[in-house]
Amino acid sequence: MTNPHTPAMAHHATSAKNPLAIQFDNLEQQRFAASLGMWSFLATEILFFGGAFLGYAVYRNWYPHAWAEASRQLDLTWGTINTAVLLGSSLTMALAVDEARQGKSRGIAFFLMLTMVFGTAFLGIKAYEYWHKWHEHLIPGTSFVWSNPATIGPAQLFFSFYFVLTGCHAVHMIIGMALLLIMWFKARRGDYTAEWHAAVENMGLYWHFVDCVWVFLFPLLYLVDRA
Amino acid sequence: MSTPESVMKLSGTETHEPAVGRVAPHSAHAGDQPGRNYLNADYNLWSWLFTTDHKRVGILYLISITLFFFLGGAAAVLFRLELMTPRGDLVKAESYNKLFTMHGIIMVFFFLIPAVPAVLGNFLVPLMVGARDLAFPKLNLASWYIYIIGGVFTIVAVLTGGVDTGWTFYTPYSSTYGNTNVLAAAVGVFVVGFSSILTAVNIIATVHTMRAPGLSWFRLPLFIWAHYATSLVILLGTPVLAITVILVGVERAFRVGIFDPALGGDPILFQHLFWFYSHPAVYIMVLPAMGVVSEIISCFARRRVFGYKFIAFASLAIAVLGFLVWGHHMFVTGQSMYAGLVFSFLSMLVAIPSAIKVFNWTATLFKGSVLWNTAMLYALGFIGLFTMGGLTGLFLATIAVDVHVHDTYFIVAHFHYIMVGGSVMGYLGGIHYWWPKMTGRMYPEGWGRVAAILIFFGFNLTFFPQFVLGYLGMPRRVHDYVPEFQILNVMSSAGASILGIGYLLPLGYLIWSLRYGKPAGANPWDATGLEWQTDSPPPTHNFHEQPVVLTDAYLYEPWEPPAQGHLPQTPPQAHEPAVVGSEGQR
Repeated sequence: MTNPHTPAMAHHATSAKNPLAIQFDNLEQQRFAASLGMWSFLATEILFFGGAFLGYAVYRNWYPHAWAEASRQLDLTWGTINTAVLLGSSLTMALAVDEARQGKSRGIAFFLMLTMVFGTAFLGIKAYEYWHKWHEHLIPGTSFVWSNPATIGPAQLFFSFYFVLTGCHAVHMIIGMALLLIMWFKARRGDYTAEWHAAVENMGLYWHFVDCVWVFLFPLLYLVDRA
Repeated sequence: MSTPESVMKLSGTETHEPAVGRVAPHSAHAGDQPGRNYLNADYNLWSWLFTTDHKRVGILYLISITLFFFLGGAAAVLFRLELMTPRGDLVKAESYNKLFTMHGIIMVFFFLIPAVPAVLGNFLVPLMVGARDLAFPKLNLASWYIYIIGGVFTIVAVLTGGVDTGWTFYTPYSSTYGNTNVLAAAVGVFVVGFSSILTAVNIIATVHTMRAPGLSWFRLPLFIWAHYATSLVILLGTPVLAITVILVGVERAFRVGIFDPALGGDPILFQHLFWFYSHPAVYIMVLPAMGVVSEIISCFARRRVFGYKFIAFASLAIAVLGFLVWGHHMFVTGQSMYAGLVFSFLSMLVAIPSAIKVFNWTATLFKGSVLWNTAMLYALGFIGLFTMGGLTGLFLATIAVDVHVHDTYFIVAHFHYIMVGGSVMGYLGGIHYWWPKMTGRMYPEGWGRVAAILIFFGFNLTFFPQFVLGYLGMPRRVHDYVPEFQILNVMSSAGASILGIGYLLPLGYLIWSLRYGKPAGANPWDATGLEWQTDSPPPTHNFHEQPVVLTDAYLYEPWEPPAQGHLPQTPPQAHEPAVVGSEGQR
């Protein structure tokens, strides 16, 4: 909704739009609120993944050998490459925020694009890994194939958690990429200035959070007890 | 207790300058002209469906949760009718299961949880902190749409044959064996959670960053403290339900095992995750209602709330402790004895802050000049019924008693005393208390009292017999019973019909009052909060001038003049003549 007190302003070029929303007194207050809102939301996100991590912890504790055995089916090479790709995207996202602080629209757009490229690469590799698991009949359910009948149940549990955890993570990435795309258009339009770029900072917080989730997922799923 | 004028003084139009750094750059708003308010600022449908005004979003929520309330109530009417006789003669067992499931899902997720925060909280939080809107108005509107989408999924689940798992979705029945449309209902519950999360984010950001000049934390109304604590619970609890529902949904949709014991999974893990949200959810329902009660009691006893800081911190203590007691739902599921002991102890601990609140309200009433109007009747009803619910909660926290009455009507009675006797009474009290502010009209006081009293007695007649039934061993969630239980069940059903009438009455007279009610004036209760210092209904951006707060909250004095031997039957009018553009109203 445009500010009702400035009906004439609403028709001006969007780049000249007053970024101060009607409910705030000044940009500093608005930025504080936006940042606090994002951190609150991230607290929610931590508890969201926390629930799944709890399930992981319980079953890992109950079936350490079966889960280690199942864990060894994951592709360590691609997992490692993906970790590097995702950390790279965090770097470019941080650089985008840095550009935003200097009010450099083209720099923001450039680094957002790079972040999206890394994000796409991550999702592509993840999709390849999923496809591979499909071929190896490691999708839990009726078609699940497992050589060791003693551990077939817990192994399925492992893969259920593998797909739920990485799937939830991927959904967060896809949402993030959609937001990045919108932000890329806005950055090119010159919406972000040195004075007002809270959206870019919040995007950065979200993106780093999603990366952090992977930083936990990677060792928990790929590395623990692998040797 | 003897401040000369009264109440929080506000800048109004004449004296005080807004504090430094808080100069409002937005001065003249479209909705701020005389006679214009948030209701008549614009009339077309789109102006409501695309509104970002927190007050309008509050009204949208009010309408939608009222619909869901009566939908959930309709299910209750049907199963209370069924329980009039020992045999299952009105509905079959399957239909009965679907009815109580529908009642539970709708009442918990689509009425009780959003009731106070999304209606009254939305409407009042910015007004009470002296802000022009919530921090994120668009997210606020989005939250309402998300609520509606979640509601649609739930309605679809009902229309496609219903769900029979109970609102608790216990595995493996929900994930593997149940044949009903669990998935649609689960998606509905998952989706609607996001609407509460957005409301909570909004409330937290608003309270932290948008308080009026001079409005320090300990000058905030206790309503705000309660909503802040509630928002914390929503933020940290709801996502756990979300992931739990996802796990159940994945298990059911793709036939994989997550909680499936056949694969070595653990259904009890589901219960831990579920109750980690769903016990704190009880506090999501009751904490905001406690905030409402603090406002009403203080205003209509004309006394400063007793132990302000204790009540404020009790809200936070409940929010924290509420997260540590979920295991008391699982005393008979085979959790370890030591876990049971700890959960039993912690559950008793959470009674302490609740009791602090009850004692403080009672102390506020002591020597107050109590006005027995509708909102106050609801608030007093809240205290009594919440105390009953809370004390029986202590019985249930005692493991040995819980083992005896587990899954009986004792539990049903207990949580209805908290949720209906507590939350709904608080909600209705709040609706009446702030109705003049929301609509600019007074509701008919006489009808209001009749309804409040009917609800109180109807409620007790409905649910008190259920304590007895439960103690005698009648299991919950069963559609037939042994003939010995019939008398108590008939009492309960009779009470339910009184309760039903009690709930229909406000629906009627509140709608009536929109057109025929007396114009309310800015401050019909002579109350102190910031929300009363602006027009009724408020202008689009709430205040004509930025309010500045100079005193603590609740600096009430007795109704003036303190007459000998009797109390005035009607509250005096506001000190300043009402500046509502009443001629501008419909």
